[in-house]
Amino acid sequence: MKKNSFKRNTLPALAMAGPVSLWMILFVTLPMLYIIFISFMSRGVFGDVVYEFSWESYKTLLDSTYFKVIIKSMKAAFVTTVLCILIGYPFAYYIAKKPKEVASKLIMLIMIPFWTNSLMRLNSWLLLFQTSGPVNNFLQNAGFIDVPINFVYTDGLVMLGMITNMLPFAVLPMYSSIEKLSKSLLEASADLGASRGTTFFNITLPLTFPGIFSSIILVFIPTLGIYTVTDMLGGGKVLYIGNIIKNQFGAIRNWPLGAALSVLLIVITGLLIFIYTRFAKIEDMEVV
Amino acid sequence: MSDSIVSLIGVEKSFGKNKVVKNMNVEIKGGEFLTLLGPSGCGKTTTLRMIAGFEEVSSGTIKVQGESVADKEPYERDVNTVFQNYALFPHMTVFDNIAYGLKIRKRPKNEIINRVNEMLDLVQLKGYEKRKPDALSGGQKQRVAIARALINNPKVLLLDEPLGALDLKLRKQMQVELKRLQKKLGITFVYVTHDQEEALTMSDRIAVMNEGVIEQLAAPREIYDRPLTRFVAGFIGESNIFDGKVKGVHDGIIDVETSAGTMKVKGNGFEAGEDIHISVRPEYIKVSGDSAEGFNLKGKIKDYIYMGTFVKTSVDLKDNTEIKYSRFEKDENFKEGDSVNIYWNPERAVAIKAKR
Repeated sequence: MKKNSFKRNTLPALAMAGPVSLWMILFVTLPMLYIIFISFMSRGVFGDVVYEFSWESYKTLLDSTYFKVIIKSMKAAFVTTVLCILIGYPFAYYIAKKPKEVASKLIMLIMIPFWTNSLMRLNSWLLLFQTSGPVNNFLQNAGFIDVPINFVYTDGLVMLGMITNMLPFAVLPMYSSIEKLSKSLLEASADLGASRGTTFFNITLPLTFPGIFSSIILVFIPTLGIYTVTDMLGGGKVLYIGNIIKNQFGAIRNWPLGAALSVLLIVITGLLIFIYTRFAKIEDMEVV
Repeated sequence: MSDSIVSLIGVEKSFGKNKVVKNMNVEIKGGEFLTLLGPSGCGKTTTLRMIAGFEEVSSGTIKVQGESVADKEPYERDVNTVFQNYALFPHMTVFDNIAYGLKIRKRPKNEIINRVNEMLDLVQLKGYEKRKPDALSGGQKQRVAIARALINNPKVLLLDEPLGALDLKLRKQMQVELKRLQKKLGITFVYVTHDQEEALTMSDRIAVMNEGVIEQLAAPREIYDRPLTRFVAGFIGESNIFDGKVKGVHDGIIDVETSAGTMKVKGNGFEAGEDIHISVRPEYIKVSGDSAEGFNLKGKIKDYIYMGTFVKTSVDLKDNTEIKYSRFEKDENFKEGDSVNIYWNPERAVAIKAKR
């Protein structure tokens, strides 16, 4: 009897979930455990990993220079997220209110940058904003400025790069939640005497909150760890967590410190996802 | 005219090239229960949505209390709507849903509480105020939707197939409740449905719509007994409809020739040679072994169907038209397969002018 139920229930489940589980264990769980493990080891003289337990890397994190970078990265990720939501929501709203055929074309337009190589996109920003680039030329010719402004390798350009990079991730979840919103709810609100603004704040916004929260998660987490944008547009002068992790594993060869920084990112991400699931559960309960 | 609360004057609506409402003229009287009845796509919901303000009028005028509402947004109109799918706000409790109309208008808190309690009493939902819509049954959701729409004391309540999603038993019960509610409150109800039985039970007047046109606007009894068009005769209740030509008219009785045979019907204003439709309700059909004077409708009894309160019988005529008639008890004189003659009292049949 017991054997039978194993054959009937456990085997097919194992066959279906097995390969994915194996993949996740081999390529996600094990490397992550390895990173955590290394973060507690010490660094050898030649940049190798010496397998001796040490808190050294974590102590270094609290060091003011690293701590500042962490805070700065979180701030940048926060500002990027807020701006992406503020720009993305009206955009998503606009698309969601268009007829289906138009909407799918507009969504296409958002997706196109995804298909372009990110190095190419970032390089075009550099070209646009360099001292003799079109933006400076335009500003000079229009008489707004006398001397070209130095945009390249500044926090501002990095921010611009991050926002343009992340905007699609912000728009899509919000679009789908606005699009799902039943039109009759908005009509009911108007019918009961609510103006468009009142309807937006009482009905549309609360009911699309899950979408907004997904967007926050989808933008904040990758932005926190991003290093291509900061590398290219910041030119190594603007440092974020991502760059430091990359440098520790690469040029500087301090793997335990890089690992400790990675662990920190994982913890922050985990915390956010935990908050998200709690939040999503509350939302579910409200709907139920 | 003076006591009409909503007036539709030459109202038309087109979506692109598609004209869904054509030259509609209706005076809706204060306190009446008016039903817009018709098959799906006849323009009844569009008409309702134009009164509510969700659709713009392509041409013509809608007046509420004598004033044109053309420039008024839905939230500025003194009408409220009960939506087909209830459209309750899922993130709000029953209390907040019902209170919405007053909260929007920033009414004082104790007034809101009193009014919501009044409404909960009215729709018998006391004790449910803290629930979310998803924790309610279909019938309860319907009551919340009605309470929410009534809290603003609208002059007119628009109901768009409000009982469509309920099961038959609950629907019957809600029909009675809605009718009582309407009488008690004295509010004008404009009710949209495709269910002719629902329309007959509840309405003071019914506007039967087809392809964007009102085919007939009258009291239920009038609509049932004296349909003006072939469509109305077929749509309201069951009917046997014949298409034929007038052979002659004698003393208000018309002799008609159809492909099924000859028949008689009472009617005025018909001339020999013109096209005519004849509608006979199943309860007025008579069957006999001999032919009746002026009638020549021969057929074979096809089957008896026991329906509980009555027995329905079908008879196939020579041109394969199927005649339906109903009796409280099975006709003992005939059995399936017997040849019979069909006739009726000409006064019980309705003569309908063919559309020009």
